[in-house]
Amino acid sequence: MLHPSTSSAAGAAGVAAPPPTGTVRLTINGQQHTLQIAPWTTLLDALREYVHLTGTKKGCDHGQCGACTVLVNGKRINSCLSLAVMHEDHDITTIEGLGSQSTLHPLQQAFIDHDAFQCGYCTPGQICSAQGLINEGRAHTEEEIKEHMSGNLCRCGAYAGILNAVKEVVDAKSNEVKR
Amino acid sequence: MSTTNYIGKPTSRVDGPAKVTGAATYAAEFQVPNMAYGWVVSSSIAKGRITKVHADEVLAIPGVLQVFSHENVPSLAWFDRNYKDDVAPGGSPFRPLHEDKIQFNQQPIALVVAETLELARYASAVLRIDYEEEKHETDIEAKRDEGFEPGTGKSGWMPPPPPRGNPDKAWAEAEHRIEHEYVHGAQHHNPMELYGATVEWRGDKKLTVYDKTQGVVNVQNYLTKIFGLSKDDCRVINQYMGGGFGSGLRPQYSVFLAVLASLELKRSVRVTLTRQQMFSFGHRPHTLQYVKLGTNPDGTLAALQHHALHETSQFEEYTENVVNWSGMLYQCENVKLGYQLAKLDVFTPQDMRAPGAATGSFALEVAMDEMAVAAGLDPIDFRIRNYAEQDQNAGKPFSSKRLRDCYHQGAAKFGWDQRNPEPRSMRKGNRLVGYGMAGGVWDATQKKAAAKATLTADGKLLVSSATADIGTGTYTIMTQIAAETLGLPLEAVTFKLGDTDMPEAPVQGGSWTAASVGTAVKNVCEALGEKLLKLAQKMEGSPLKGASLDEVEFVNGQIRLRQDPANAVVLRDVLQASGETKLETDSSAAPNMLKQANHSMHSHNAVFVEVEVDEEFGTVHVTRVLNAVAAGRILNPKTARSQVLGSIVWGISMALMEETVMDHQFGRYMNHNYSEYHIPVQADIHDMEVLFVEEEDDIVNPLGVKGVGEVGLLGVAAAITNAVYHATGKRVRELPIYLDKLL
Repeated sequence: MLHPSTSSAAGAAGVAAPPPTGTVRLTINGQQHTLQIAPWTTLLDALREYVHLTGTKKGCDHGQCGACTVLVNGKRINSCLSLAVMHEDHDITTIEGLGSQSTLHPLQQAFIDHDAFQCGYCTPGQICSAQGLINEGRAHTEEEIKEHMSGNLCRCGAYAGILNAVKEVVDAKSNEVKR
Repeated sequence: MSTTNYIGKPTSRVDGPAKVTGAATYAAEFQVPNMAYGWVVSSSIAKGRITKVHADEVLAIPGVLQVFSHENVPSLAWFDRNYKDDVAPGGSPFRPLHEDKIQFNQQPIALVVAETLELARYASAVLRIDYEEEKHETDIEAKRDEGFEPGTGKSGWMPPPPPRGNPDKAWAEAEHRIEHEYVHGAQHHNPMELYGATVEWRGDKKLTVYDKTQGVVNVQNYLTKIFGLSKDDCRVINQYMGGGFGSGLRPQYSVFLAVLASLELKRSVRVTLTRQQMFSFGHRPHTLQYVKLGTNPDGTLAALQHHALHETSQFEEYTENVVNWSGMLYQCENVKLGYQLAKLDVFTPQDMRAPGAATGSFALEVAMDEMAVAAGLDPIDFRIRNYAEQDQNAGKPFSSKRLRDCYHQGAAKFGWDQRNPEPRSMRKGNRLVGYGMAGGVWDATQKKAAAKATLTADGKLLVSSATADIGTGTYTIMTQIAAETLGLPLEAVTFKLGDTDMPEAPVQGGSWTAASVGTAVKNVCEALGEKLLKLAQKMEGSPLKGASLDEVEFVNGQIRLRQDPANAVVLRDVLQASGETKLETDSSAAPNMLKQANHSMHSHNAVFVEVEVDEEFGTVHVTRVLNAVAAGRILNPKTARSQVLGSIVWGISMALMEETVMDHQFGRYMNHNYSEYHIPVQADIHDMEVLFVEEEDDIVNPLGVKGVGEVGLLGVAAAITNAVYHATGKRVRELPIYLDKLL
């Protein structure tokens, strides 16, 4: 973040008040939400701070770590790099929409089985990213998975488990989730 | 047959379902009523003073509630001791917003609080600050001659032992000699979760503080001392932590600022840092090391000298054990170890995974490789010739040490015999192939810890302790220990942690949680078992009448006679028959000093690495790593393996990628983001294997565990460096090994 120093040109005239908030309608995990938010609210902050779906994580807020990955119309995106207002007509799926503790998604079960996380903070993003990768049809081989899962950082270094979990869940031939 | 033996079994994380579904709630995610948002403003200069904070300009924006800075912060505790947290180093702790003085770049200098996150961020971005700059010094190279020996240091730090033998003469007369400098820059922990705190105002200065920390008790002590709160009014909670690696041992300024704002505004406040601000506090210090080794004609070490100089801040003396390990890993009669600090205009460094040992083992183990080459010996053979049968620093035997097995079993499994010792002798196409190895030693520590156990009439056991699970697997191993001790199925046991309302536990660090809290959990369950036996004996027609505690066992949900397992009482029936709704016990555990005093207690490892180096491009690929670890009993091979795999990834990172680069002109870290501070991604990681060497130890603690959170990192960077030498013939002595060093 940049912070203006002494030489800032802003001057004593004061600073402009930001634009007013507006209404944004989002469809998240099949549910409609109507939010009153600033127009520059990111999809990530909208999910976490306004809809209270905190499964989507903030790791960098700059599209560098992948912790905030969600599915928009089935495609994985960094929700920190996208404004909520851009997604009014979209179908948004977060980790909470993939499965629950009583009905785990196969990827979620595989992540537990392969101990594909430690602290768990990058995990929702990894799982959404894996689902996105499967949707893209690019998860046939180990090399493909490794390359296309490289946008999701894991500081605990659980990469081996993540790879094995994704490999187990994806049918190499059909490139679909085994159920 | 027992179906309730869980210790030593690979067990999936009990907190797994919560983590994979997003149900696990981290500190800055708690929803509390009437919450305001704080955004931290960081200094853009490294040294000087603030002459003016133009708060009035942003306070005019509707929805902005307050701008906290040194200009308006109420007077708080005055003495340094109030700001000293439980693991603070020597010196005067940094006090956020205390004065106009700037002591390091990115120093938090204001907190803007607003009704929404968006407003707080906007207002902080346009807040003008006037500074008066002073000349700073952030380059340790300029302080090479100003190193000083630290005073008291932090808890757990030991000054190097005095020299033994005649290290200078022995080195001068050695058959073969080497001497080199080894360097690595600053590294930042960078856990995935940003530091943040949600402070719930419960009225009348009563707070519930959800904070990202490796020790809720430490944070509670810190906050109550500074803000004059009673412990009852300042409950600190942290149930899940998105990584720590040492960065959360000391309380962060985010929690200080959130509490300050909450108390002043009398409402709930959340403060979350940015990724850039994650570079504004503790880090592994930039360290310069000098190693001199000499050998006798028989390949034994004639002399060993190891000196380290690293940075600290102007206000605290951060210390870590960098060189001491060198006096105990190998047998040598002539040893000289030195350790100095240099003060720079930076924030105080902080323990980062295997602090000191990760640093020291890099220098020592590369030097050992160089020495082996100079003496014409195989690096494993060289280490075995110099195997330390006792800790020469302390003059004590080891409580257990199976490092020799790490060498032998690791080498066999890795295929070390396939290595042609000649550098540049192995290749695959246009890639040079190299094998390297190294190892290390880490402390096996037990701290005092307490736990509470409650068994309810439905047969469910709840065990709690104010410890943490920073991803290490605490939830899971404590559940295993409790279930096995009382013979209950895993599903009947819940372990809770991270709440100051629970019995006290130390910060999670130093690889001591399994030993410390594990022993407390074992003790409290045994104490509960004793109570249960007494109740069971009061039951009508009890088959356990007259039996002593030693004569019974807790297995499969029953208490039964060891000699005659058919004589048993179902645990659930015991409580129901007694008429009690629950049975509760508190207990604590402390190290057995009598047993431990005469021993040196440590874990060890040996790492074997294969690299492939592109001859034209100089790119290094770590294609294979085997990490052989001797760390006592392994409570859960599944989660323990993950810790060591994670350590390998950390070692690859340390060797090839990680470095926080300081722009000395501005005294500011330049790459303070995830895009330019490089850590490995999925595609960087290849074959990794973990080998736990069996090691029994009844001296370290009743569980025989030594902890595995840190030992796995030791020697990894050195083994990679040594493999790169073997592949290319080029010896790199400054990390990270960027490709320009190989071209």
